[in-house]
Amino acid sequence: MKKTWIITKRELASFFDSLTAYVMVVLFLGLSGIFTWLVGSNIFVNNQANMGVFFGIAFWSLFFFIPALTMKMVAEENRLGTIELLTTKDITDGQIIRGKFFACLILILISLICTLPYYITISQLGNIDDGAVIGGYVGLLFLSGSYVAVGLFASSITTNQIVAFLVALFIGIFFHLLFDVMGTSTSGILGSFFNYLSMRVHFDSISRGVVDSRDLVYFGSIITMGLYLAELMLSKRNWQS
Amino acid sequence: MSIIVENLTKKYGEQKAVNDISFKIETGEVVGFLGPNGAGKSTTMKMITCFMAPSIGNITVDDISVNENQSLIKKKIGYLPENNPLYFDMSIVDYLRFTAEIQGVSKSDIPGRIGEMIELCGLVREKHKNINELSKGFRQRVGLAQAMIHDPEVLILDEPTTGLDPNQIVEIRKLIKELGKQKTVILSSHILSEVEATCDRILIINRGRIVADGTSETLRSQADGQESLTVHIAPLNEELEKSLLGLGSVEKVSAIEDKPGFYSIQSKPNMESRKAIFDLCVKKKWYLLEMTGIETRLEDVFRDLTN
Repeated sequence: MKKTWIITKRELASFFDSLTAYVMVVLFLGLSGIFTWLVGSNIFVNNQANMGVFFGIAFWSLFFFIPALTMKMVAEENRLGTIELLTTKDITDGQIIRGKFFACLILILISLICTLPYYITISQLGNIDDGAVIGGYVGLLFLSGSYVAVGLFASSITTNQIVAFLVALFIGIFFHLLFDVMGTSTSGILGSFFNYLSMRVHFDSISRGVVDSRDLVYFGSIITMGLYLAELMLSKRNWQS
Repeated sequence: MSIIVENLTKKYGEQKAVNDISFKIETGEVVGFLGPNGAGKSTTMKMITCFMAPSIGNITVDDISVNENQSLIKKKIGYLPENNPLYFDMSIVDYLRFTAEIQGVSKSDIPGRIGEMIELCGLVREKHKNINELSKGFRQRVGLAQAMIHDPEVLILDEPTTGLDPNQIVEIRKLIKELGKQKTVILSSHILSEVEATCDRILIINRGRIVADGTSETLRSQADGQESLTVHIAPLNEELEKSLLGLGSVEKVSAIEDKPGFYSIQSKPNMESRKAIFDLCVKKKWYLLEMTGIETRLEDVFRDLTN
């Protein structure tokens, strides 16, 4: 755990040194702020004191931001060869991947914390359902964890950041949209199977303020799977051909 | 801290990058891996440093096998990879701290170790710079510093002097020699003079196999069974070549092109012909203007073994 934290610290420092962190926070706040308060079906149009609009926007903006955040995590190390420097030190492949995972997740957490003023403002405007707000934030965090894990896997299979970005989006779009569409267009067992795979179903369920074990298993499996595959790809150098 | 490599083989697909190599390195030795490009030097190093698992064979560092406890081995080894990859966005001090933390240097020792490394590698004036602001030579020093930060017993340096200017090369060599007094050092190079200058022992590797193993002197003398000489004799005459060949100890005489009067002479194995040549000249009343023994250069040994 200590070794994992050393990696997390370095990656976080690198986010802040390279301005990635600031760009991420500003873009995220700007985008979600504009759509929550100013344009489209914003909060005043809905005329309800809840954060549903914000969660709907964040659901999509995180889907695009996270691959941009994770794309360089392993791919860049592969390209520069720094991965050789890292893996020959007293640290395991799993610790490296988990360290990077937590760094991305913490940055997203920081962005989410920056939206707390939205909650404070809305709670002044009317009666807000605190359970749903907490559920929404927890849902976003689980969703982010899943996409970070997928993104790290995508980053670990290549030395090219663009490829990593596109692969992460490609895998992500299935969970984000396609399984949902497939679930509604097919019926029976297959239909409910696709429905179970859909991110939106589980996100909606959590953001209603109900934490169901089915949802936790779902997010937990994607995160575990993504991290496991990323670690596997990192240890590919040991494979015998 | 001995390193034992047994029947080491690494396959990339069908190709064997390293083919059944075995050797043993004792504590305090400075060993140079010498070989043409693609000979398997780096691959061997990558397996010793636990970057890659061997296809076949075993490596033990201080009686610990790379197949058993990598964590312990990694702690004992300091490694400078080829091309010296570094995190360019970090400052030297931050980077060294990061490395020290990963290698498990205790928190209270870290500032001291960083200071020592910066001093040792001559980075005092640059220490707060970002790595991307450094010239190649200074980056190489940072690479060395990170390899040594946890005071490892074994140092593995893959082409440590590439890209350095002549002064820096001399300095790095001096540093390696200094370190070699207490530590086991393995370095690779395709520059012969470098290996000759810094290493106690040379392993010549070619196409994944060890083709020679020994000190630079033993390697030279192995190839050097026969004495070679260059002589310059005047005046020019027809009889010269024949009479030289007539000497009992001379095996081959050939005239050197574009230099009339110069001949290169090879003696028969374990025989000496300098005195006989001198006597011959006295007898025939020729002038012996020049006679030079040619020491076999390591270059020739290398070329012989790797071609």
